[in-house]
Amino acid sequence: MTHVNDLVSLLETEGIPRQGEHELLPARVWQIESGHWGNAARLAREAGWRWSAGWAEDLGDTLRVNSLLEKGGKYVLLRTEISPQTPELPSQTPHFLAADRCERHTQDLFGIRFLDHPDPRRWTRHQAWSGDEHPLRKDFPLAGNPLEKTPPDKDYPFVKAQGASVYEIPVGPVHAGIIEPGHFRFQAVGETVLNLEEHLGYVHKGIEKLAEGRNPEGLARLAGRVSGDTTVGHAWAACLAMERAAGITIPDRAASLRAILAERERIANHLGDMGAICNDVGYAFAHYQFGRLRENWLRDNRDVFGHRLLMDRVVPGGVAVDLDREAIERLDTALNRLGRELDELLDIVDRNTTLGDRLYTTGILTPQTAATLGCLGYVGRSSGQSFDARRDAPYPPYDQLKVKVPVEEVGDVGSRFWIRYKEIRVAMRLLRVLLGRLPAGEVRVDLPELDEGAEGLGIVEGWRGEIITYVRFGKNGRIDRYYPRDPSWLNWPALERIVLENIVPDFPVCNKSVNGSYSGVDL
Amino acid sequence: MWRQYVKMLKTGLKTESLRKIERDPDVERLGVEVKRLIDKDFAGSLAIREVDAGSCNGCELEIHALNNVYYDVERFGVHFVASPRHADALLVTGPVSRNMEAALRRTYDATPDPKWVIACGDCAVCGGEFGESYASCGAVENVIPVDVKIPGCPPPPAALLGGILEAMGRRRIKQ
Repeated sequence: MTHVNDLVSLLETEGIPRQGEHELLPARVWQIESGHWGNAARLAREAGWRWSAGWAEDLGDTLRVNSLLEKGGKYVLLRTEISPQTPELPSQTPHFLAADRCERHTQDLFGIRFLDHPDPRRWTRHQAWSGDEHPLRKDFPLAGNPLEKTPPDKDYPFVKAQGASVYEIPVGPVHAGIIEPGHFRFQAVGETVLNLEEHLGYVHKGIEKLAEGRNPEGLARLAGRVSGDTTVGHAWAACLAMERAAGITIPDRAASLRAILAERERIANHLGDMGAICNDVGYAFAHYQFGRLRENWLRDNRDVFGHRLLMDRVVPGGVAVDLDREAIERLDTALNRLGRELDELLDIVDRNTTLGDRLYTTGILTPQTAATLGCLGYVGRSSGQSFDARRDAPYPPYDQLKVKVPVEEVGDVGSRFWIRYKEIRVAMRLLRVLLGRLPAGEVRVDLPELDEGAEGLGIVEGWRGEIITYVRFGKNGRIDRYYPRDPSWLNWPALERIVLENIVPDFPVCNKSVNGSYSGVDL
Repeated sequence: MWRQYVKMLKTGLKTESLRKIERDPDVERLGVEVKRLIDKDFAGSLAIREVDAGSCNGCELEIHALNNVYYDVERFGVHFVASPRHADALLVTGPVSRNMEAALRRTYDATPDPKWVIACGDCAVCGGEFGESYASCGAVENVIPVDVKIPGCPPPPAALLGGILEAMGRRRIKQ
């Protein structure tokens, strides 16, 4: 815990007194006075900490603001309390760009003003509620006060570019392909992108509000639908947070089964993405081959686990599935088959110079920018950011496993393609180990009813990167606050940088190479 | 390059008959029927515009799968188009988030008549896990008229195919 001790003693010597502290595994909570909120972030940044997540809570007589920082796999949760009557505090965004959208989300849903925020435009709020309503305050009813018809969000103040030959391309929210809705505003000269601005929030479904009052099973189900492609990752993070709040450890067999599900989810998504990246540059052969491998993989999921996307398999206290000898053999055989197919396929893909022409040097994210934005998962790892919670902040069963983390420095679309392939190989090795020595025992234990105020933090490495989940219980064992931070929060801003100086027709492949979740950030 | 052709030949034809997908003779019969209807009513092509009106993206993953080599939905004359102006039908997923409500209405208005709407997935059918709230209008039919509902969370590709076939049949009866 030296990193943590270094930071908190730095804060104290710099005149930021501690108001309280306690353990909230795997983090140390450090409560400070709200006036120091920005300064604390500055000191943390200078000491090499990474900004990971930020959220607020309505505790009735106070509003609590949190931000989670990480260094060397150790976490500090900075906390402060402000009055609901004057809900304002300094922003951390001037020091950590990563905090930008999370703070704007908090601003829209809690009515908290971040005083020196460089860009305080609304983010999640469109026209469904007014600027003086705050859906995550406890006095705001779940039903809200909606108009009969929600007006279109037509006056969002986009950044403008002016000058000879500059033109604008508005895209979305309904896109040309079968993808999620969001708006992209390009300014371009000729074919070259001068600026891209993302405007998301279209699929805001009120997940955080809906979670309030749910029981643990209900929360796990909801968490599994924060982002459908990360159903295992988010359900695991939510369950881990609840289990830590309860102070229980799940059986070894359950932990291993969760990891099997999570690695299978990683492989399924990477296969789909690799095919889709090829498709976006018109390489149909690879698109269909990867699509075929993904479909085989999903069918094994259906036959062995009962659901193609593995929804609702991770439950509080463990898992809802088990593997017998026959199933393990089947999954092993599928792994061998996938390995052989990938050897053959990637050799063909690697030799295709036309594909190389399109993927290499396209959409570069420099390691420096990736570090500034706090990029995660394959986006970060293809640009020199090696953090992987499975290795750096391990949770069972990864604390018993050796996780190799592939890292590249180039940061172009090609790099984001190949890093996925390398991650598939790592996941396959992990699956072999997990299937080969699955511990005996139970797959689920009961979660005891939790007291009001019990809280937990779940941190897992989803297929897109580090997922942070905070859970606090209210009365009668019901959820009072649920906050999931999908890795897409920190990867979406990278896309705005990646496309600069690229040609407009390369936007789809750049976007696919990042593949942020819309639902995961709109909540 | 020759490796690529070798791989293609080795992979062979993977597209499955509907019987294999569903193991249900009725569906295969419907498959033949739908092809006949599409040929007759739509000159061999049914154009679908997919609209995510608030889904978790689970449904999108399965709709994508419809286009993989196993299901190959285009063989029935069903294809996905980029604009509602080119569409005969809308395939709508998700509870309709209030932030997508206007966009969904506009997409519906932009689709030329005659048109119909397929609500895809539990959320689109009844609001699902999200229901109605300050942020969500719930089921698709709360916003635009719906002709066919495909339940499931998410509906697997075979169910999607069945739903599209059902929509074809319903349309026939309605006329």
